[in-house]
Amino acid sequence: MADTNSQETPDPRPTVIADELHIVYRVNGARTGRGSATAALSRILGRGSDDGERGVRKVHAVRGVSFVARRGEAIGLIGSNGSGKSTLLRAIAGLLPAESGRVYTDGQPSLLGVNAALMNDLTGERNVILGGLAMGMSREQVKERYQDIVDFSGINEKGDFITLPMRTYSSGMAARLRFSIAAAKDHDVLMIDEALATGDRKFQKRSEARIRELRKEAGTVFLVSHNNKSIRDTCDRVLWLERGELRMDGPTEEVLKEYEKFAGK
Amino acid sequence: MTTVPSPDEGLTAAGLAAKYGLAVSGARPSLAEYVRQLWGRRHFILAFSQAKLTAQYSQAKLGQLWQVATPLLNAAVYYFIFGVILHASRGMSPDVYIPFLVTGVFVFTFTQSSVMTGVRAISGNLGLVRALHFPRAALPVSFSLQQLQQLLFSMIVMFIVTIAFGSYPGPSWLLIVPVLVLQFLFNTGLALIVARLGAKTPDLAQLMPFVLRTWMYASGVMFSISKMMAGRPEWVVRMLQVNPAAVYMDLMRFALIDGYDASNLPPHVWAIALFWALVVFAGGFVYFWKAEERYGRG
Repeated sequence: MADTNSQETPDPRPTVIADELHIVYRVNGARTGRGSATAALSRILGRGSDDGERGVRKVHAVRGVSFVARRGEAIGLIGSNGSGKSTLLRAIAGLLPAESGRVYTDGQPSLLGVNAALMNDLTGERNVILGGLAMGMSREQVKERYQDIVDFSGINEKGDFITLPMRTYSSGMAARLRFSIAAAKDHDVLMIDEALATGDRKFQKRSEARIRELRKEAGTVFLVSHNNKSIRDTCDRVLWLERGELRMDGPTEEVLKEYEKFAGK
Repeated sequence: MTTVPSPDEGLTAAGLAAKYGLAVSGARPSLAEYVRQLWGRRHFILAFSQAKLTAQYSQAKLGQLWQVATPLLNAAVYYFIFGVILHASRGMSPDVYIPFLVTGVFVFTFTQSSVMTGVRAISGNLGLVRALHFPRAALPVSFSLQQLQQLLFSMIVMFIVTIAFGSYPGPSWLLIVPVLVLQFLFNTGLALIVARLGAKTPDLAQLMPFVLRTWMYASGVMFSISKMMAGRPEWVVRMLQVNPAAVYMDLMRFALIDGYDASNLPPHVWAIALFWALVVFAGGFVYFWKAEERYGRG
């Protein structure tokens, strides 16, 4: 690191610090499985201060996670389904408010994904522009990168599909366009949620290369994946979450070995 | 590399963050910074509103023609019920009453649908809120802008009807512009307020249609307040007339229709219109901003 003084700071700058982070989801009226009109009524009338008594169910998704991520690290997040990986990413990005604890970040972490901003009834062309703007690119940047995005997605390889509404695309084509739009922007702290497995073999290769490129430009990369091979290929440190708790944090091989023992492989 | 002892050892998380200048993720920016961020997203806001507008009719065979056809059919239905069956015109000649009704319906619909889409602006777009960073006010503002563009399409119908019943374009038509600007500010402020309420209590979306319908019947969309309330105490009439929906409708009618003169307007009508626009917009904006960091919680 050129900008760090070895005497003072042997470690590179921290980019993300999580401090005793707790995330809780509240689900209305999920306490009783059946039609919950009576539950809703007792919720309104009930004077109990405890949420559980009023029919609101709490889901404690992340429980007291703390870690420090530094510049240049690629960190994998592993754990069984529902262990809080995606929730943790969203909290780091500042998209989910924390119940208690804090996340400090250097710059703006971004999730790789624009799915929610795109509209199936619009043409691919308009979705590229809308998605780019939604990610915070300026109109000029979108115009500049438009052709690259379309070329990268390969949507037009089989004819002029970019001017058709996205609902007419095959699921693979739509996934490719979504990835191409999302990967068009450079990020300080980049978070990827199992995005590697989209499209056909050829497109997968191309997207892996693009992710490596993004990694070089980004300060820190987080990758959520159930594919241990892609974690081994890209990450040098792994956080293992289980039931919302940080079970292990260390070098990739060490953690993966324990995890595979746990998962019974 | 974390095993190497470093001078950072022993620092608390907050201390470490302070040392390297890290900021709390998802913290609410200052009001000035918020306005600046929102302005930075203006192209997104515009593109999003236009996209929503286009997506609305993209599956219909007649496509964007419905932008004009829907308000036209709406006006026809209201005329049939209130003009032909209920005789709500109360002595207004058809030349005045039909444009009066059409203008009222469209102008009120502008406010009504801004509120309705505003209630769901956050709660109906949680996916977007949880995936991307942008000042959340972009959503309600964008939805109000979509309704404004919808109204501009309706204006085509409004112009045709008005001209067909003998009120021709004149200098007073220029007043349409300030009326639209003021009403848009008012609607946006209202949308911001209900967006915050709706984010906390999604049930409001179920309740809102009833509130809005009551508001519609109290605002004189299908009848003239001063004629319908003739003989009632002066203050009752005034109270109904200064309600913002009635103010913007009456100003628009005054601008467009020759037979609808200033005697139908309450005193200081422009001051009232300006007051509602500024107070509701500024108040709504600050109110929405105060909860910025909490939107998106499940």
